[in-house]
Amino acid sequence: MLNSISNMGVRGWVIAMVLAALALLPAFAAYTDNSFYLDVGTRLVILAMAAVSLNLILGNGGMISLGHAGFVGIGSYAVGIPAYHGVQDGLIHFPLAIAAAALFALITGAICLRTKGVNFIMITMAFSQMAFFGFVSIEEYGGDDGLVIEMRSQFGDWIDLENNVTLFYLSFLSLLAVIYLVHRIVNSRFGMVIAGAKGNERRMQSIGFNTYRYQLVGYVIAGTICGYAGALLGNFTSFIAPEMMDWSRSGEMIFMVVLGGSGTLFGPVLGAAAFLLLEEYLSPLLDFFLYEGAGIYWHFSFGIILILVVLFAKGGISGLLDRLEEFRLRRKRGSDE
Amino acid sequence: MDLTLLIAQLLNGLQLGILLFLLASGLTLIFGIMNFVNLAHGSLYMAGAFLCASFTHLTGSFVFGVLLALPATAVIGIIIEKAVVQYLYDRDHLDHVLATFGLILVLDTAAHMIWGPDGIVVPLPNWLDGRVELFAGVVIPTFRLAIIGVGLVAAAGLYMLVARTRMGMRIRAGASNRDMIGALGVDIKQLFTFVFALGAALAGLAGMMVSPITEASIGMGNSIIILTLVVIVIGGTGSVKGAMIAAIIVGLIDTIGRSYLDDLFKVFMSDQSAETSAPAISAMLNYILMAAILAVRPQGLFPPKGR
Repeated sequence: MLNSISNMGVRGWVIAMVLAALALLPAFAAYTDNSFYLDVGTRLVILAMAAVSLNLILGNGGMISLGHAGFVGIGSYAVGIPAYHGVQDGLIHFPLAIAAAALFALITGAICLRTKGVNFIMITMAFSQMAFFGFVSIEEYGGDDGLVIEMRSQFGDWIDLENNVTLFYLSFLSLLAVIYLVHRIVNSRFGMVIAGAKGNERRMQSIGFNTYRYQLVGYVIAGTICGYAGALLGNFTSFIAPEMMDWSRSGEMIFMVVLGGSGTLFGPVLGAAAFLLLEEYLSPLLDFFLYEGAGIYWHFSFGIILILVVLFAKGGISGLLDRLEEFRLRRKRGSDE
Repeated sequence: MDLTLLIAQLLNGLQLGILLFLLASGLTLIFGIMNFVNLAHGSLYMAGAFLCASFTHLTGSFVFGVLLALPATAVIGIIIEKAVVQYLYDRDHLDHVLATFGLILVLDTAAHMIWGPDGIVVPLPNWLDGRVELFAGVVIPTFRLAIIGVGLVAAAGLYMLVARTRMGMRIRAGASNRDMIGALGVDIKQLFTFVFALGAALAGLAGMMVSPITEASIGMGNSIIILTLVVIVIGGTGSVKGAMIAAIIVGLIDTIGRSYLDDLFKVFMSDQSAETSAPAISAMLNYILMAAILAVRPQGLFPPKGR
């Protein structure tokens, strides 16, 4: 999965450090007695998982879905709705989340993938908005105001999600498993066909692949993983609302993928980390450096950063780290001579 | 069923359709000619509403407010095009989506900085604020009629511009082959800026027209942009004619669905389940329509030729 330690490169080291930091985070939070770090870490890990799943279709498959947050919402409602009716069993919640997300992905994907280019972007977005408005108008489950989950999913005696550290490690291990799964998919024949269809769909079809089917299966896998992430998120926040699947959430997920480096294995993790750091610290930084109260306008700077990343930072953080590596190697070679 | 109420609802649907057309025509032109996906189009709609509110309060007249806000919104469009958008034409759609998503954040927060967090009410002059009786028993607000009138005039003007002027000829040429008209000596950068400003002014006009009804508020563009996207996808992305027809269809379905779906459902299910399911279904109706149309015609109803 990783190359041998000796030629890991700058990017490899940064990724290893981020993963190590995450693995040690609960200890750090316990040591500083500040649960805030654990909260941010759990959100980071769950969002990273969603971003990794989006990257599977977006980075590797070239399918620009602007509706991926819909799966997060469906996954979390699959926890919230049974819990609302008094069903607390995690062995019902999680399979339900996975099945519901897979079904939604299958139905919407079958329609979306008939279209190409800009229409695909807009249709994926429209379908997630459809789910959004659907949940907004169901007053039984809180409508616009959302739903409080009184109790996290129960797994009998063997896993206690009420314990924040347990929830964190479950999410973290899930993230690692998902990354491994995506790694295997991308490097399989199946993944190659999807990547080939991104490069030149007509050519893939002419050598005999039914690209539509491959893309649809890829779309369903991505949606399913994201639904699972949504179930974890619902458990973590203990509060779910249609707002979770608003299209601006989908836009943020695309930003995480591109910021980290789309099409790279760990890029979305770096992107999610950078995104959350910006979200948490941009506002206090502005308060500190500009003037007191500037922080409430942090979205302004955030938008500008986003535009600058698109205009100037090709390949996102991963690309940046690779360029740093090239620079280092060139200097090393220069000093060797 | 009450016939006069039905007619009033049809007019409401038509009015929503006209507003959607003002938004969709600009968006679809920008896509058709520059191949550019502009998610921030709704923010220009919001900008139009806020500018109109400010100018109306400044001059004391809604009409002057609109007349001043129109060029002001176009100027904002030009600034955005020159500062960001023009560097993105050669990029892929993913970059368009992300950069314009950033633009939304910037523009919405800028509106928050300038106009504050609360909505601004836009007062109407007396002659627009009343009601008129169209024919026996059908009474509708004058202003809604005015919106329909303004929208139709704008649509006719747009048609004349595109079909009858030299500029329109260049726009049509640009839509079918932009490299070729560049090679023929047309300043393509200027043409792109013009089209973007035109789209901005049309979106702004929609915002101005809606502001006396809903007031100008932050984020008002972000809900209507979705319906606008549905419209241009149904109509066939890049086609102004398709945008017109799809806008009217979507406007009517949205309005009629909200008012009559529960009555329809009560025919074949219990009152209670009709009342709970009708709002959910009517909120999703346009998306269901879009899915149905795309399942049959993946390119939309009127895909532009030659692409």
